[in-house]
Amino acid sequence: MSIEATAVIDEPPFFKRMFRMLLADKFALCAAIFLLIVLLMAIIGPSWLGDLATKQNLRGRNAAPFDFEKAWVWWMGADALGRPLLARIIVATQNTIMVAAGAVLISAVTGTVLGLIAGFSSPRVSQIIMRLADVIMSFPSLLIAVIVLYILGSSILNLMMVLAITRIPVYLRTTRAEVLEIRERMFVQAARVMGASSKRIVFRHILPVVLPTLTTLATLDFAYVMLAESALSFLGIGIQPPEITWGLMISQGRQYLTNAWWLSFWPGLAIILTTMSLNLLSNWLRIALDPVQRWRLEMKGAKNG
Amino acid sequence: MADHLLEVRNLSVEFHTAVGVVKAVRDMSYHLDRGETLAILGESGSGKSVSSSAIMNLIDMPPGRISSGQILLDGVDLLTMPLSQRREINGRKIAMIFQDPLSHLNPVYTVGWQIREALTTHGTDSAKAQAEALRLLGRVGIPDPGHALDKYPHEFSGGQRQRVAMSRAIIRHPKAFLFDETLSNLDARLREQMRAEIKKLHADLKATSIYVTHDQVEAMTMADKIVVLNAGNIEQVGSPMELYNRPRNLFVAGFIGSPRMNLIEGVEARKRDVATIGIRPEHMAVSVTDGLWKGTVGVAEHLGSDTFCHVHTETAGTLTIRTAGDTMLKHGDTIYLTPDERRMHRFNTEGLAV
Repeated sequence: MSIEATAVIDEPPFFKRMFRMLLADKFALCAAIFLLIVLLMAIIGPSWLGDLATKQNLRGRNAAPFDFEKAWVWWMGADALGRPLLARIIVATQNTIMVAAGAVLISAVTGTVLGLIAGFSSPRVSQIIMRLADVIMSFPSLLIAVIVLYILGSSILNLMMVLAITRIPVYLRTTRAEVLEIRERMFVQAARVMGASSKRIVFRHILPVVLPTLTTLATLDFAYVMLAESALSFLGIGIQPPEITWGLMISQGRQYLTNAWWLSFWPGLAIILTTMSLNLLSNWLRIALDPVQRWRLEMKGAKNG
Repeated sequence: MADHLLEVRNLSVEFHTAVGVVKAVRDMSYHLDRGETLAILGESGSGKSVSSSAIMNLIDMPPGRISSGQILLDGVDLLTMPLSQRREINGRKIAMIFQDPLSHLNPVYTVGWQIREALTTHGTDSAKAQAEALRLLGRVGIPDPGHALDKYPHEFSGGQRQRVAMSRAIIRHPKAFLFDETLSNLDARLREQMRAEIKKLHADLKATSIYVTHDQVEAMTMADKIVVLNAGNIEQVGSPMELYNRPRNLFVAGFIGSPRMNLIEGVEARKRDVATIGIRPEHMAVSVTDGLWKGTVGVAEHLGSDTFCHVHTETAGTLTIRTAGDTMLKHGDTIYLTPDERRMHRFNTEGLAV
């Protein structure tokens, strides 16, 4: 009779509960703080350090990092044109996050909706959608990108769209596979028996169950998209200098890898830390949002404080 | 005719499978009057779940196909009805309660949300639904319903989940309930308790129900009328006692009653000019001195209230008999059995009662 035993404690409101669960998971907490900083940088970075990040200083070309006598923006060294790396990384955050988040968001939403339709509608509609996904997948994604960006010209928006399109099949296929499994589950039948419409069944009953998988997928994709963007930038059809992204910084530093590792290392680290944080946070979110698993965090939280 | 709440007429359902078309239900007809409890009784694969799925529009088409028939609810055919209307029927007129309550509740929503959904789907406002949910949870016997509403399905025990499922069904005030093996997953004691509660609820709500089950005890205790299914065919329709006293054929004779009826072929049947005779274990007199059939006791199963003995007879084969719980019979004893000829069932070569 656990019901009676636990009934005494009133449940705190949702946000308080989530915050408590976040405190319980230290890794997730660090990740959340880091991501908050990244987000802040993305918002204020360009207007704050924009000039500094683009001003060339040929005397300080490839200046080594950890020279703490200089101003703090130089602590990570300077790039081939003598621009402070730390400042550049901060300024690049905006473009990077915008492209990556935009692409992931667009591809995840489109892919998920198409996947839901493909999984739940008639075999014919499903076939059409799946073959469409096959076409996208069988086309080398870089080739699509090159063609589209060549035709439309490269802008942040176009880059976002191109990257999004190439990633749609990933979400589509995952969602469809999950839907095919979940639609056979009994609670879906129970909803049908209750007279729920197909729309309601898909969005209220199936989607919430698929969502944790998709969030994990999206965070993994975040890193992929950032790197794909750098590849396009490397080919010269991505973001064009003087605009900067982390990916572009990596590719710019590639030719100096042997004598100035820091050119690529710092932006690489930024990408790694961001994706890792996203991963940790999504992992936490998955548990925190799952009513069956939630006790793990709540128990830990209770023990800690 | 018009008084039948639900009438299934000549329903046939088939499925396309790798080995060809399988007819799951063949030309099935039965009806259900207001306030009546009908049990659909059959073993696995007899088509009992298919027939209830057809009522609730749960058959996937393809591979399934309803090849013929009508399902009339208040005289309106459900099968030819547009989908949107059918949904309304599902939502408001017939409620179904399933076998495994855990898998029938969505794990990511609170129980309260899911009970409310039964109403909000059809446009009731949330606050009203909440009040109704609270009232019903209390009614089906969930302790502290106020807090139970905010719990998730996995936080309940099996019996409680089934109660939740029931309140979700009751909340819509349906005209008919469809129980699909509802108690099969519960343990024996809980099952008995729930059986009694469902019966009480029935009386309170003056409900009309269809009770799909493979458990004849459940069917016998709950139903006013039983439809016995075998391999997609209706074998017999009748009240529990009718089925017990006057089985129409060999299948029903062997199916209803526990332990099952002794069916005897051969010399004893020929003596009575039929192909098979059937005698229930409780309809034989046992004596140690004299009687019609002589035999030795094989296995004696002591249940406390009764003892079932398997007796190997010379002319009638192995028979099961029911004796008193405190019987002294044991393995190897020689006894004599005398069947009650008036309560003997006789079947012809086609297996039909004569």
